[in-house]
This record gives sequence, structure tokens and C-alpha cells, in this order.
Amino acid sequence: MEKKAEKNISNDFSKMVNEKNPESTLLKDCILAFVIGGLICDVGQFFMNLFLSYGVSNDDIGYYVAAIMVFLGAFLTGIGVYDDIAKYAGAGTVVPITGFANSIVAPAMEFKNEGYVFGIGGKMFVIAGPVLVYGVSSSVIVGLIYYFLMR
Amino acid sequence: MCLIGQILMDKTKLTPARILVSFVTAGVILGALGIYEPIYKYGKAGASVPLPGFGYALAKGAIKDVEKYGLIGAFTGGLKATAAGVSAAIFFGYIMALVSKPRTKK
Repeated sequence: MEKKAEKNISNDFSKMVNEKNPESTLLKDCILAFVIGGLICDVGQFFMNLFLSYGVSNDDIGYYVAAIMVFLGAFLTGIGVYDDIAKYAGAGTVVPITGFANSIVAPAMEFKNEGYVFGIGGKMFVIAGPVLVYGVSSSVIVGLIYYFLMR
Repeated sequence: MCLIGQILMDKTKLTPARILVSFVTAGVILGALGIYEPIYKYGKAGASVPLPGFGYALAKGAIKDVEKYGLIGAFTGGLKATAAGVSAAIFFGYIMALVSKPRTKK
């Protein structure tokens, strides 16, 4: 009985969610995500050109841009601006690497009062941890496959 | 790129964390198959700043180090190529978390 009632509630809920989420928000969200995501990448491109003009080699340029973008993401999260942008941009702020920085700083700030070791140090990787785990694991697999294919 | 992310986010109601994970993994796979290279050449920072670019760097680093050092490269390459991004994220993240709230002393 209880299960059934629960199911009814969850059905009603998903109906309500669908009603409150008409197609038009998808389009609007997509445009916002596209524009803001594009702007973030433009900032990256700006730094890329800047460093290239300083004579940084093409292979290293990725490191510089990544570090700068991560710093910007962390900084904007720290002063609270990033979350304001994220409200409008949705995935536009999540997908760029600045979103990766945001996902590290935000929980670290939130759990600061749990202490410096388990609060900041531990919670930093609540979201970033899985990203690193799956990213690095799959890169190791790629490397192994490549090794055995090339022999 | 972010457009795809937004569609995924709206349509499937995946959490941002899962989006991040799947995008990085997708980047690794695309990078391994050599599909991401032309996108990267064409899109420049538009392709390197989003997270698939992070995955691409992981895959490329792993392949490069396998060529250079053999089997152990599979384990060293990925993190080596992304070391700057990861270290910067940890370092700046920690600093920002430290300074962002009023300090306890004083």
C-alpha cells in the first residue's frame, strides 16, 4: 500500500515537473549555455593568443591556459560571482574547465567549518574526485590499449 | 560543446557531477580515437577549455608517453599532461576556500 502511494506521489511529481518545464526553457537554456560557454572559451582563446605572442611553444600552451582558466574559475567562485553566472548559464559554466574549478572550490567553502583537513581538504574532491578517477582511469586504459596495439 | 551539455542536463536530469564525468570520459575516448584532434585544431581554446579537452589531454598524454617510455607511460602520461590543470585547481581551490570566508582568528 505504502509503496503504491509513494509511486503515485512520484508520478504526480514528475508530471508537475514536466508541466513546469516546457520545451521553451530548453531552447532558452541552450542559447544561454551556448553564449556563456562560448564567452568562457573566448577568454581562454584570448589568453592562448596572449601567451603565444610571448613565445610560449604550442605544446605547452594548453598548460598555461588551463592554469589561468582554473584560477579564474576558482577566483570567481570565491567572490561568489560564478554561482550567479551559473544560475543563468547552466551547463555553459559547468562544462568548461572553470566549472571544474568551481566544483572544487564550492564544496570546500561550504564545508569549511568542518575543519581544514576533512572539511576543506576532503570535500574539495566531492565532485572533482570522480572526474579525476574516471578521467585518469580511462586514460590509463587508452595508454594500455595503445601499447598493446603498437607492439 | 556547452550546448550538448545543456541538452544533456535538461533532458536527462543528470547532475552536473555526472555531466563532468561523462564529458571527461568522452574526451578521453574521442582523443584516443583521434576524432578530437581536428576539433582541437579548428576550435583552439573552444575545444581545450571545455572538459572534453581535459579528457583529450589525458588520452594524448598517455599515448605520447607510451611511445616514449613504453608500458609505464600508460600510467604516467595522463596525469603528466594534465598536471598543470589539476595542480592549479587544487592549489587555487584551496587558497580560495581559505580566504573566501571570514577567518577564524581575529
